[in-house]
Amino acid sequence: MTLESDPDLPVVGEGGHIPSTLGAQPLLEMRSVSMRFGQTGVLRDISLGIAAGSSVAIIGESGCGKSVFLKLLIGLLTPSSGSVHFGGTSLAEMRASDLMRLRMRFGYLFQSGALFDSLSVFENIAFGLRQKNKGKEREIDEIVRERLTEVGLPLTALHRMPSELSGGQRKRVGLARALAMNPEIMLYDEPTTGLDPIMSDIINELILRVGESHPGMTSLVITHEMKTVFRVADRVIMLQPLALVPPGEAQVLFDGTVGALRLSPDPRVQEFIRGDASRRIQSASERDALIHTPLDMPPGGLHP
Amino acid sequence: MAQSGVSPYENRFLAWINHAGDVVFFALEISRNLGKGIRSRSMVPLIFQIGVRSLGVILFTGAFIGMVLAIQAQMQLAAYGISTRLGQMVNLSVVRELGPVLAAVMLAGRVGGAIAAELATMRMSEQVDALECMGVDPIAHLVAPRFWACLLLVPTMTVFANFMGMLGGWFVATELYFVEPYHYWYHARANTTWWDHLMGLSKAFFFGGAIGLFACHRGMTAFGGAQGVGRSATSAFVACFIAIMVLDFFLGLMFSRLTPFIAPVARGGL
Repeated sequence: MTLESDPDLPVVGEGGHIPSTLGAQPLLEMRSVSMRFGQTGVLRDISLGIAAGSSVAIIGESGCGKSVFLKLLIGLLTPSSGSVHFGGTSLAEMRASDLMRLRMRFGYLFQSGALFDSLSVFENIAFGLRQKNKGKEREIDEIVRERLTEVGLPLTALHRMPSELSGGQRKRVGLARALAMNPEIMLYDEPTTGLDPIMSDIINELILRVGESHPGMTSLVITHEMKTVFRVADRVIMLQPLALVPPGEAQVLFDGTVGALRLSPDPRVQEFIRGDASRRIQSASERDALIHTPLDMPPGGLHP
Repeated sequence: MAQSGVSPYENRFLAWINHAGDVVFFALEISRNLGKGIRSRSMVPLIFQIGVRSLGVILFTGAFIGMVLAIQAQMQLAAYGISTRLGQMVNLSVVRELGPVLAAVMLAGRVGGAIAAELATMRMSEQVDALECMGVDPIAHLVAPRFWACLLLVPTMTVFANFMGMLGGWFVATELYFVEPYHYWYHARANTTWWDHLMGLSKAFFFGGAIGLFACHRGMTAFGGAQGVGRSATSAFVACFIAIMVLDFFLGLMFSRLTPFIAPVARGGL
């Protein structure tokens, strides 16, 4: 069962899919985007585009701004400078109602699942459909069951509350909720963080399966885990924490295919892939940099 | 940290202005979404949570305020030999002032803090972001219904507090000070008009709006994990309490200016 896309918004092709080519324009684009929270800079002068139908992994150390990157793309945050574009249209120029409708074309799997804890699993998955009157209650019921099955959860979970679910189950329900709206672009914010290796593998498999069963879907996955990157991505963007960026160098440390990532000559990329911090630990000057993140964080963490 | 050329006091003042502007914009956002808020499915659970669950504590507080007021008033009135006027004293004080203020303060503590903590938790756990991702405006879905619930239920709770205050005063006056029930109710009724009730309920309406506004604002702008949730609940109560006191002063002043024009009509031309 498919849900129709909004006809008033730009760049919808036939059959509800975004066309793979949009002239010369990427589907999602950041133009010279910088982001600061108070005195703390997180992103600086990021310019890149995401093609429709691609599967992109965004990697980098904790605190390098990966989640902020994703929230900027969907308009949950507004850049301090620069602009974010969807199909060539700047998000800043959109009316609030258009931005709201645009967001419905995205699916977002949050780090913690972000399930509404006062609603049952069924109500969580049905929430977006009910809010937008997408179909009658019987159709909604059918979609909810389909999506729950798609993410590998038994139908007996439908009436359980989020507090009764494990971390992996919460993420799967979060994924089912995102998929229920039949998104054209899926954003995964650290989908395997905090899960055991088996559950991580199951989630990776799910991401792959979602990509296969929704042809044309654009995916962006934020992750620390290289296993996830190698399994689900065809392009990798590696960010480095702003405090570690040498003068005159871009914050995007790597942008290319998974194959190119493996062969990258940059030692920082290789260290990240291998999870090897020995060079930093040995280097006194870089030892300070090792602990930069907590010290640079404003009290209470990052917030607009 | 002070910016260059700006003293810490100026910085604090600018921050305060910035915060006040933020609250004003938040209030405008709520006003734009009031229509959606009242139709929200969450209104009934909220009315239950804010109204029904707060009723016990409101009834209890109202009764004791009436009783304490009767004790204090009796000491003054007995000196002039007019203890029979206790009903007038208790009723006017409760209806005009103590009922609305105490109901609002109790709800600010019980409900204002809870609303702020709930919204703050939703903000921290990205539930608010999740709403936005599904094309749902969190102001319309979360804030406006809570604002409505506060706006409607503080006056409703005030009616209950007033009722119990009158009963508490009656109990003390008749059982402890042996005032004739007839005299108590006669003076209570003869000297309390629709204008007194209107004054009290109008105040309660404004107090409800202030609780809804500040509690929701503190919750939606919370940051900093579990500590931030606690901070938002505390600061919501403090902000609501201050707003109630300030509003009470200015509304009291306004009503006192209006009373000479309206009271003769309200009191049947006396």
